[in-house]
Amino acid sequence: MLRDIQLEIAPGEIVALLGPSGCGKSTLLRQISGLDRPTAGTLTIDRTAVAPADQRSAVAFQEPRLLPWRTVARNVELGLPRGLDRRQGAERVAELLELVQLSHAAGLKPREISGGMAQRVSLARALARGPGVLLLDEPFGALDALTRLTMQDLLVDIHRAEPATIVLVTHDVDEALALADRIVLLGTRHDRPGATISMILDVPGARPRDRASVVLTRLRAKLLDALGVPSHHGA
Amino acid sequence: MSFDERGGAPVRRPSTEGRRSASLFQFVSGYGYSAAGRDLPEVSRGRTTVTTILLGLVLPVLILAVWWVAAESGAIPDYLLPSPPQVVAAGVELAQAGLLATYILISVQRVLLGFAIGAAIGLVLGALVGLSPLASKLLAPLLGAIRAVPSLAWVPLLTIYLGIYEEPKITLIAIGAAFPVFTTVAGALRHVDPHLVEAGQAFGLGRLALLSTVQLPAVVPSIVSGLRLALAQAWLFLVAAELIASSMGLGFLLIDSQNNGRIDRMFLAIILLGVLGKTTDALVGLGERALLQRWG
Repeated sequence: MLRDIQLEIAPGEIVALLGPSGCGKSTLLRQISGLDRPTAGTLTIDRTAVAPADQRSAVAFQEPRLLPWRTVARNVELGLPRGLDRRQGAERVAELLELVQLSHAAGLKPREISGGMAQRVSLARALARGPGVLLLDEPFGALDALTRLTMQDLLVDIHRAEPATIVLVTHDVDEALALADRIVLLGTRHDRPGATISMILDVPGARPRDRASVVLTRLRAKLLDALGVPSHHGA
Repeated sequence: MSFDERGGAPVRRPSTEGRRSASLFQFVSGYGYSAAGRDLPEVSRGRTTVTTILLGLVLPVLILAVWWVAAESGAIPDYLLPSPPQVVAAGVELAQAGLLATYILISVQRVLLGFAIGAAIGLVLGALVGLSPLASKLLAPLLGAIRAVPSLAWVPLLTIYLGIYEEPKITLIAIGAAFPVFTTVAGALRHVDPHLVEAGQAFGLGRLALLSTVQLPAVVPSIVSGLRLALAQAWLFLVAAELIASSMGLGFLLIDSQNNGRIDRMFLAIILLGVLGKTTDALVGLGERALLQRWG
């Protein structure tokens, strides 16, 4: 349950939606994508309302959701815009696989690749149409810590190569700090039902960022405080 | 003509449930990556095939030997248990009269025609019920009731409506073959991983594109196992049809031999039904392997 959300995101910006589990981060993301409709209020991309399953945005889900009977390349193909001819399509797929460093795996089936690779395929599929808005629903949540760091760096590279507006749902404070221009913290107040924006935080610094910088450390403490977790900062 | 009810007892469906859930599991767990894994055993590879075939032959050969010895020893009179050479001789005799090939061909033709028609109907109905909640509410109760009617109950009606030649038999077999396909396809379509369907929708697939890109490929394994059950069912219904009203075919050979006390021919007919049924099933199995490699 969400209420009173007002948020404007600039083109090319990376916004992280951060909050505890069940606070409605994913719901908000699904509404931006047009997969779910809000019960009240309006959502617009470039001043026109979001359509059901709006094709101006593309989603990478929490799970890779690859078609198990298709190869990696054919799965990426699913994300291509309609009306692209075969040769252009194949070129685009090859380019995307290069971008997510999976050219060598083009012919493999999803069951033959690792979880991190599957998430990269899912990311490439979402990028295939060159979406104006890229929506990422905890895309690295199920990955091990090291793979997650690699994937975050990869996302920074991708954003540089194809600067889409990115809305990223995460419960990982460090991930939000490493990637986002702005962090939108969602939360509930005990006196009112429904989650809403409890804090918006600008994150300074060009990417890739030094994860241990003083500024980020201070912001981390602030976010953890807001999330109700003792940060032990300066303890 | 005397008719032993046990001989044509209403054909109940073999364990559809187990096989269906097995293939459902395949694609429910099939999305995603290797961690999700596939617990299904791999199809046996070429190296093991010879051993598999040899092992499969052990019991039939053993039974043949025991049968032979029992029949030759004279312990059981040959009007109750003919010896293997007597059965072969009966086959040769029928073949020389030009009947054996005719009987086999007409039975195979009935099975294949009935199976093809029934499977097509089952596929269409299964797709309707599996994809459209409205169609499911409209059709499912009626189809459930029709399926519950024992196969032999149709025979008198079909004979009145369609005569005594090929039409009622093929219709009966089609009825028998339609339901396994219907049940497996409808169930499988209803259980296609909603995550994959949503992903398809998110990437702009319309209804038809979604069907051909996500839903149908996802149920290929179930369609194949449904077809396999349907084929087995077609042979069951063939015998039911031929036992009651026919002048040709393996089921007719059975009932005719019973009336004439030709137990050697009854053995021949039963062995032929077993071999033919197993052969057609093996052929579908080969097709299944190829399909699962592509879609599994």
